[in-house]
Amino acid sequence: MRQESTDALIDMRGVGVFRAGRWLVSAVDLKIGRGEIITLIGPNGSGKTTTAKAAIGVVRPDAGTVTRAADLVVGYVPQKLAVDRSLPMTVTRMMTLTTKADASTIGAALERVGIAHLHKAQVHDLSGGEFQRALLARAMLRRPDLLVLDEPVQGVDFSGEVALYELISELRDSEGCAVLLISHDLHVVMARTDRVLCLNGHVCCAGSPSSVAASPAYRQLFGARAAEALAVYRHHHDHTHLPDGRIAYPGTSDHDHGACGHDHRGEPHGAAVKEAGAPAAGRKAEHDHA
Amino acid sequence: MLDDFFVRALLAGVGIAVVAGPLGCFVVWRRMAYFGDTMAHSALLGIALSLALDWSLLMSVFLISALVSMILVLLQRRGGLSTDSLLGILSHATLAIGLVSLAFMPWVRVDLLGYLFGDILAVTKFDLAVIWGGAVIVGAVLLFLWRPLLAGTVNAEIAAAEGQSPERARIAFMLVMAFVIAIAMKIVGILLITALLIIPAATARRFATSPEVMALLAGLFGAAASTGGLYLSLGWDTPSGPSIVVVALAMFILALLPLPEISGRIAAVRRQGETS
Repeated sequence: MRQESTDALIDMRGVGVFRAGRWLVSAVDLKIGRGEIITLIGPNGSGKTTTAKAAIGVVRPDAGTVTRAADLVVGYVPQKLAVDRSLPMTVTRMMTLTTKADASTIGAALERVGIAHLHKAQVHDLSGGEFQRALLARAMLRRPDLLVLDEPVQGVDFSGEVALYELISELRDSEGCAVLLISHDLHVVMARTDRVLCLNGHVCCAGSPSSVAASPAYRQLFGARAAEALAVYRHHHDHTHLPDGRIAYPGTSDHDHGACGHDHRGEPHGAAVKEAGAPAAGRKAEHDHA
Repeated sequence: MLDDFFVRALLAGVGIAVVAGPLGCFVVWRRMAYFGDTMAHSALLGIALSLALDWSLLMSVFLISALVSMILVLLQRRGGLSTDSLLGILSHATLAIGLVSLAFMPWVRVDLLGYLFGDILAVTKFDLAVIWGGAVIVGAVLLFLWRPLLAGTVNAEIAAAEGQSPERARIAFMLVMAFVIAIAMKIVGILLITALLIIPAATARRFATSPEVMALLAGLFGAAASTGGLYLSLGWDTPSGPSIVVVALAMFILALLPLPEISGRIAAVRRQGETS
């Protein structure tokens, strides 16, 4: 198993998490290669966050195995983060929450996400978009191999959403880190996603975003233009086991799966991983993070 | 100099306050005030244990407080009841068992009020050595744990994902708190230890822009409150613990008031802005 997964940052096989008498997720297979962007989508309560947490070791799985690359550096932007008002914390101070960094590195990181002018501001006073950018800068400051973003556009208006996704794409391109993105939005995912995993307690389907995968231009992932930051990825569930309006579509034939087939559990994801992983891994070597 | 009981008490109070301040900041940030109360109440059971088995008081109080905090961790993992309710059960259960146990030992003549509210006459040279030795240990542990504890306070998941082991830091923090309660008991008394943790930290919040500044200020304000309170206690023959808390509270209330000089200046600047 070790030898097989040397090219992968994280290799999850048949992972399940059991809490309070029920399986939050089960039988999840997910392999994340270097430099790959993977998006987890699914309705509320479908186990996206749980899957991501199991991948990076925040949650211990009750079934299956998770193999992580040695010395894997993770940068994490959680779904919910509210700094208690009793805790004074400037933007600059928050940057070094889990890692050391000098002032110029911090300044550069804040500059990258466009909030350098807020370095002295208290985090409580930031707007939703500014705070998300600060969290992104903080996670990137660690020079992570894998950036995990749980609903990163939460509390951000639509134009800010587009800008934030573009920023994430840019950061990925320049840093070469893999990205595990979680979105509850079934309609909009990042254009540059290598692979989409649709969850609903288990892996409903997995594959590249249909419309993008169809075009050969998309295969040259890094050549794609930054302007194309969003892609519409339509996916309608043919089953309605959660009372969520978003997936309760009447038509079951209205599928737009494209290359994405149902239940990839048995299939190896290796091909997609290597394709995207090879160039990124090469660039990663230049960085040589500590 | 150390032969003067009051000097010993002052040094003991300052020694406790300088570590209680930073520790209290975490209690405030993590919303653990009731937890501090629970551990302090369990100290009475520790006293009973010490008297029954003729163990060292410090050791017994630390053991019982640490035991209670670990029971809490286990009960929390089990789930079902809120932390609030669990603390309510543990807090009063340990207090009650402590008092009942003391009643079973009629041969023991115990100055209960002294334990509950603190007694400045009680500080021996040995106590002073324990307090300052303990303060150095607690300070060192806090420095060592600072990053994981703070990261875990902001967000336990970030801390866990980014290799800070927040759960280990949390348990270490609870043990440190049990230790501080054990050494602070003689001066502040069981019932008011949480006040010495929380009030200076709350006062410091008003002036702090970073967690580190808040921790240092809390230690400073705590030391000032402790010194002021002990003078009050000496001058008016009041119990030491409540006197310290009253002074700490006075400082907190003063900090709530707008600073007259600065607010006057701001008003002047505003007026200028309006006319120009």
